[in-house]
Amino acid sequence: MSDTVSRRTVMKGVGATLGAAAFAHAMAPLTEWTQDLSVDQFLQKHYKELTRDELTRVLVHLKEETKRKYGRDVDIQALPPQEGVSFAYALNLSICIGCRKCAEACHQENNHDRRTGNSYIRVLEMEQGSLDLEHGNANYDHPVPAEGKYYLPVQCHQCDNAPCVKVCPVQATWKEPDGIVVVDYNWCIGCRYCEAACPYHARRFNWAKPEIPPEEINPDQGYLSNRIRPQGVVEKCTFCLHRTRAGRLPACLEACPTGARVFGNLLDPKSPIRWVLENKRVFVLKEELGTRPRFFYFFDK
Amino acid sequence: MAASRHLLDYPRFLGRLLWMSTDGSWRFYTWMTVLSAIALVGANAYAHQLAEGMALTGMSDHVSWGLYIANFTFGVGLAAGAVMMVIPAYLYHDHEMHDVTLIGELLAVAAIFVCLLFIVVDMGHPERAWHLIPGIGRFNWPISMLTWDVVVLNGYLLINLHICGYLIYMRFLGRKPRKQWYLPFVFLSIFWAISIHSVTAFLYSGLGGRPFWNSALLAPRFIASAFITGPAFVIVLLQAIRRFTGLPIGEGPLRTLMSVMRVTVLLNLFMLGSELFTAFYTGGTHATAVRYLFFGSHGHHALVPWIWTAVALNIASAVVVHLPATRRHVWLLNLACALAFAGVWIEKGMGLIIPGFVPSTLHELVEYVPTVTEWKITAGIWAFGLMVLTVAVKVALPVLSGQLAASHAGHGEENPEAKQAT
Ligand code: SF4
Ligand code: SF4
Repeated sequence: MSDTVSRRTVMKGVGATLGAAAFAHAMAPLTEWTQDLSVDQFLQKHYKELTRDELTRVLVHLKEETKRKYGRDVDIQALPPQEGVSFAYALNLSICIGCRKCAEACHQENNHDRRTGNSYIRVLEMEQGSLDLEHGNANYDHPVPAEGKYYLPVQCHQCDNAPCVKVCPVQATWKEPDGIVVVDYNWCIGCRYCEAACPYHARRFNWAKPEIPPEEINPDQGYLSNRIRPQGVVEKCTFCLHRTRAGRLPACLEACPTGARVFGNLLDPKSPIRWVLENKRVFVLKEELGTRPRFFYFFDK
Repeated sequence: MAASRHLLDYPRFLGRLLWMSTDGSWRFYTWMTVLSAIALVGANAYAHQLAEGMALTGMSDHVSWGLYIANFTFGVGLAAGAVMMVIPAYLYHDHEMHDVTLIGELLAVAAIFVCLLFIVVDMGHPERAWHLIPGIGRFNWPISMLTWDVVVLNGYLLINLHICGYLIYMRFLGRKPRKQWYLPFVFLSIFWAISIHSVTAFLYSGLGGRPFWNSALLAPRFIASAFITGPAFVIVLLQAIRRFTGLPIGEGPLRTLMSVMRVTVLLNLFMLGSELFTAFYTGGTHATAVRYLFFGSHGHHALVPWIWTAVALNIASAVVVHLPATRRHVWLLNLACALAFAGVWIEKGMGLIIPGFVPSTLHELVEYVPTVTEWKITAGIWAFGLMVLTVAVKVALPVLSGQLAASHAGHGEENPEAKQAT
């Protein structure tokens, strides 16, 4: 009796040891993962809760990290929204030719992953006379503009009633006072609920660590915008807030060869965006969903 | 008097359970070894996924949820359904069911573990899960439906752990469980079971930009299918327990559960039919995803075999469970259970989550096929869930049947009739 008991105890010991060893072996790839994980970053507070000092330290840390991981000196700022500014964007569908220069500029400006050729902008080739997205095509591959088609670029609409903000379980994404919906890449848990909720396919997930050659990195970076994103978080168009909050224009607008894009401050009566909203017949996509976008479309006639 | 005694008894109780959980026949060891092997394969695949990124999965920005969330959704149904057995037992005073309700609750506990693991492996940054803790994180409650899900799932886990733990511990002490310590929780768990699956349905049906999910019928459909998978699993589980432990489990519970299934398989098919009617007769954006799911669209048809298999399995299970011979032959009943289980697994998984994303919100057709990594992790999590369930059932049963009790004198005398109760 006691013999079998002790034999059994020994067997259990052997089993437990083997099991633990097998488990350790199975989890070995994790060492790579933990190397990228610093205690500071793990404990970092939500962007909105960081004091000025803490934020400065975080920015220094991020710059060092970029240097270490990507071999490039960059400047990362955290420009606050300006008083009395509320951004909006409009796009003239009559003159957009579907060349996708905007998408390319977005790709470079925002330090997107080179392997996937990501961009926040998708340009749909649409049937003339129809607004039905079902007949759109984002993967056209022929000279533009094509006969009988028009082009509908879509990016984040910075919705005033944003479904993505509503669903985020940890408030890692929110709307800033100047109307821009941002993501704290150091707070996002990567659940991708916002990606499922966005009706405009505006969000992107970092399925792997972004790859960019050092010489192609745009060094002018913002904490909430185009700094190189960590693996496993969601990102989106921010109307290039690192540029626009400093009084410049979004990269996609500057790149557009036809002048189809109009950007500006809604609260400034003399801004071109106000002129468009007051003089053109504008519309928004999927109005019935009640998202209240700040991205408007219009036709010349 | 009791408090100090519990301080001694409770650790002893846990220790005994732990020791027992690793004791068993060669069958038990083989079973657990096989499950551990599968779980380890899953753990290894997960370690890779964590290090190299979720690019190892078949998901994309177009189909941003896949096999993991599909299995999560199914698991919630299983957890909810398992507790549904409590209804006949307590609401309708079916006493034969009392003995097996505990099994249902143990199953619910294991299923919730499975669900939580599927959520964890779907996160890009699991180490940041603390951001979800109210107080130190930024819990977006009550606005985000996901926070509701976190609350109800964890609450459900606690309620069921309490009921099981309390009943087993009392039997271990040889005392009669006191009604006020578990009955309110039993009723709460029934209500709560419905809430976990409704909230999980609202997670999807609350998204206006996804017409396929944006249906008020989603929550009722979820509940109906929970009432299929829960009983189906328990029917098979009860027989396994009867077979391997020799515990006397009567035909009564099996029959009751079968009657439940007879209704719910039909209800589920009826609701599926209603959805199809609205989709195809009315048309519109809702129909695009349904058409893709059932017939494919523009040369893409990755989901077509899945959904037709699900429909075939569901119809077959409905037929088999209604055959008069099923009352006599238990193997027919088991067949019906297996068919129903597999049918709902596909329907609530690949048939529900993926078509929500195809076509995408800009009407692009990007298909999703799970990768080997995803299958390994999925199998690993289910294997782990079965291990939890096996151990739970294994330690609970001897206590319940009185084979294991606190060995020191005193308790038995307090309540001599309890010992003979089983
Ligand atoms: S377009 Fe999408 S990502 Fe942008 S604010 Fe609206 S819902 Fe959010
Ligand atoms: S992926 Fe990130 S930003 Fe999106 S809902 Fe989840 S935590 Fe929020």
